[in-house]
Amino acid sequence: MTNTVSLLDVEMRFAASLAIRRMSLEVRSGEFFSILGPSGCGKTTLLRMISGFLQPTSGKILIDGQDMRDVPANRRSTAMIFQSLALFPLMPVWENIAFGLEVRGMSKARRRQEAERLLELIALPGYGERMPHELSGGQRQRVAIARALAIEPKVLLLDEPLSALDLKLRQRMRAELRELQKRTGVTFIYITHDQSEALAMSDRVAVMSAGELQQVGEPLELYTNPATAFVAEFVGENNIMSGTVIDTFGDYAVLEGAHGRFVGRRSATLRPQMKARLYVRPESLSVDRQETENRLVAISKRFDFEGAFATAHAVVPHDSDPLSVQLAIPHQHLGQAPDIGKSFVAGFSRQDAVVLAHE
Amino acid sequence: MNEITQRFGRPLGACFILLVLLWLAGLVLVPNLTMLDFALRPNLPATQLGGPKDGYSFDNFLYLWNHPSHGWIFLKTIWSSALVTVLTFLICYPLAYWLGQVSTPRQTSALLVLLTVPYLMNEVLRGLAWYIILAFDGPLNAALVHLGLLSEPVRWYGDGGVLAGMAYAYLLFMLLPIYNSVSTLDHAQIDAARDLGAGTLRIHRRVVLPHAKVGIATGCVFTFMLAAGSYMAPALLGAPGSRWFTQLIYDWFFESGNWNRGAAYGVTLLVLCLVAVLGMLRLFQVNLTSAVK
Amino acid sequence: MTDMPIATANSHKPASPLRHRFLASRLPDVLPRLAFRLYFVFFLTYLLLPLLILAAATFNRSSFPTIVPWLGTTDMWIAALFRDGEILKALGSSAVIAAGVIAISLPVGTAAALVLTSLHGRARSVLYAMMVSPLLTPGVVIGIATLLFWRKVGVGGGVALSILAQSSFIISFVMLMVAARLQRFDRTMEDAALGLGASRVYVFRRILLPFLRPALVGACFIALLQSFENYNTTLFVRGTETPLTIFIASKVRAGLTPVINALGLMMMVATVIGAVLWEVVRHRKRSTPGAGR
Repeated sequence: MTNTVSLLDVEMRFAASLAIRRMSLEVRSGEFFSILGPSGCGKTTLLRMISGFLQPTSGKILIDGQDMRDVPANRRSTAMIFQSLALFPLMPVWENIAFGLEVRGMSKARRRQEAERLLELIALPGYGERMPHELSGGQRQRVAIARALAIEPKVLLLDEPLSALDLKLRQRMRAELRELQKRTGVTFIYITHDQSEALAMSDRVAVMSAGELQQVGEPLELYTNPATAFVAEFVGENNIMSGTVIDTFGDYAVLEGAHGRFVGRRSATLRPQMKARLYVRPESLSVDRQETENRLVAISKRFDFEGAFATAHAVVPHDSDPLSVQLAIPHQHLGQAPDIGKSFVAGFSRQDAVVLAHE
Repeated sequence: MNEITQRFGRPLGACFILLVLLWLAGLVLVPNLTMLDFALRPNLPATQLGGPKDGYSFDNFLYLWNHPSHGWIFLKTIWSSALVTVLTFLICYPLAYWLGQVSTPRQTSALLVLLTVPYLMNEVLRGLAWYIILAFDGPLNAALVHLGLLSEPVRWYGDGGVLAGMAYAYLLFMLLPIYNSVSTLDHAQIDAARDLGAGTLRIHRRVVLPHAKVGIATGCVFTFMLAAGSYMAPALLGAPGSRWFTQLIYDWFFESGNWNRGAAYGVTLLVLCLVAVLGMLRLFQVNLTSAVK
Repeated sequence: MTDMPIATANSHKPASPLRHRFLASRLPDVLPRLAFRLYFVFFLTYLLLPLLILAAATFNRSSFPTIVPWLGTTDMWIAALFRDGEILKALGSSAVIAAGVIAISLPVGTAAALVLTSLHGRARSVLYAMMVSPLLTPGVVIGIATLLFWRKVGVGGGVALSILAQSSFIISFVMLMVAARLQRFDRTMEDAALGLGASRVYVFRRILLPFLRPALVGACFIALLQSFENYNTTLFVRGTETPLTIFIASKVRAGLTPVINALGLMMMVATVIGAVLWEVVRHRKRSTPGAGR
């Protein structure tokens, strides 16, 4: 599999602040690649560097194997979907879509034809003469995508384009985007701060925090094998127990904290005496499992029924550091749910827990 | 009417309406009608007013038509005002764009202060500054001769001087409206156009200029009107060969004492400006409400 | 949600100067940037050099205001300014006219804005067009029309006519500024006050007027400046009165000495101080919580 976009030792510095710490990243051709991180983490900077609006302070960006230094945005084979979409409000839809072709000197008749073809692709045939403000949010979204696809980019860069839409529409557009990407085979680089969006749509996800690349992997891998504490806490829900590593054996580490001793899988660099956190997903905690290790005695506080499953909120009592935990209970096992106010035992297997260094 | 008395009560509402009527009738409408009335009557000694000779005719307007030297000055005023408008636009547009889209907030406010200070000052003093610069023995000639760009001093007073002084005098009226409308353009649109491959010129032609249309129309309308109606710049910086239409009007009033003919020339200037304003609004497809804000 | 740290204070303008430094390394971008630099320098020179020359000539011994040749530095022209009775008289005349203009145009302009914003639909746009028409009328024409009509009904005298003529279009400025502020006024506040038992006049005085105060202060300032700097209109209605602009212009054509430059310098200094104070006050207002509205 070839790479469409490669970042080699890229770094970006604005005046005093370091926006992107030295990082390398490979995006394979034809994949749906997401960059996930909280706002301010540098993901938009990264995207603007790939699109050519920013030049990295150091390092190289390759697109299709070619060094992009000194190639401005208007001569790169990337196309960007802006957060605000940035449709040209004074041009009808078809001129918007054909703008990139107009720039490339295509005749008006052919442009018109091409715009119609793209309108078919985004399921808006006959909308060419409308003005952007006459369209709904979802329609505008699709026109922006068609406009970007018109120039047949190697890479489509999407800067949180769904953030302005309401929840229902957002979920529908997720599926549409995914479907469109599979159909066209264009590489998508998608920026988002919404982890469920990234997990649902992507082939692979890069997680960023404070200008640093935390982990790159398939969604399932990020979920089950977070490489850093940040990823464990940012992607999905997790129960967290802090403590110190007192022993390591094989792939496992033993953590001792205020609430007891726990065993979980560890990263290769973890050593005894290190401060660390153990993470276990709510669905991996279960009631009354007779585990020899990894047991918690908690008092049930609240119970949220959410359809497919229910979340039980509980507290492990402690004088100075009471610990809140969550358990996800599938609806068919609701009978096992602890009664509110009652104390119960929850356990998890060492396979389902991860111990990660935490300064 | 009802809406106003209902909102403010009868006494207060009536008071507001009265003030507005006094203004629009007493200071705008009736004076202009009086001017038209004067324009259509002959210039007669006081004893013959109301007499048999005191009737309506187009004689005063025809006088302009029949005197090619005046007609020529009229056309030249139009042409030169259009030139001032275009020149001012060319001078202002890049800066307005920079202010509206590129500069940091600090740069913007610093420059706006720099821009407004000269314009808070007297129009005549601005003209005086140019009068000093363009003088035959003045700094401009001295500098150009010193640099070897001129072998001997040039007489700047005249068309060139008027153009420079007017463009200077009305700069802000062009700059501010364009700046206002450019600054409302979402920068992402410029990025989007560039991303799709457009070069600088095309971005301006297809994205920025269409967006700034209202501001440009406003700026052009005001600059043209101010230039055509200016008396100060041509009087200060002109030469006998660069007379302005307003100077003819002044002469009819205060040199020849023929107020009727002066009124006719005034009406002509007013109609010219009206046509220019409506023409430009039509040209830019902008309506008055959005232009004058 | 812009992630670029540089853009957090300025997210609508991601093009920071820093970004330009990076772009500058690219060959195709160097040329337009260089052109813009040159243009920028040209613009600032065009804007500021005339004023600097105007100011500098004050200190030249030469009895015609110029900076070449420099005949020695002196402050005698400034001293002469304060001894010049004519100038002080002209200043006084301008001040009386400005006071009159403010006294008329603030209430009428406010009433006009209130009437306009109470109306809707076609009535509103027709009235609007009438109200802004004085701004689109050349100043010379306003002067003529006022002169012809008001002389006819018996108002002579330079001061009264000047006040009427200037008010005719300065009211439009006031109207626009007040109307702009009124657009942000929540009408339900009026209803709330009425519901609490206030009379309509009381509501106007206690709710609406205080809300309009910032706009009125600004409008007062604009009216003052517009009145002081007006030349084209006043020229026709001045009678025997000599306000400041008329005085300066008459001196330019006969007997120009650097005393006029000294006057210009004083006005410039006053303007700069005024502008700085204005900025400071605005800044302080913004940084004191609860002081602004």
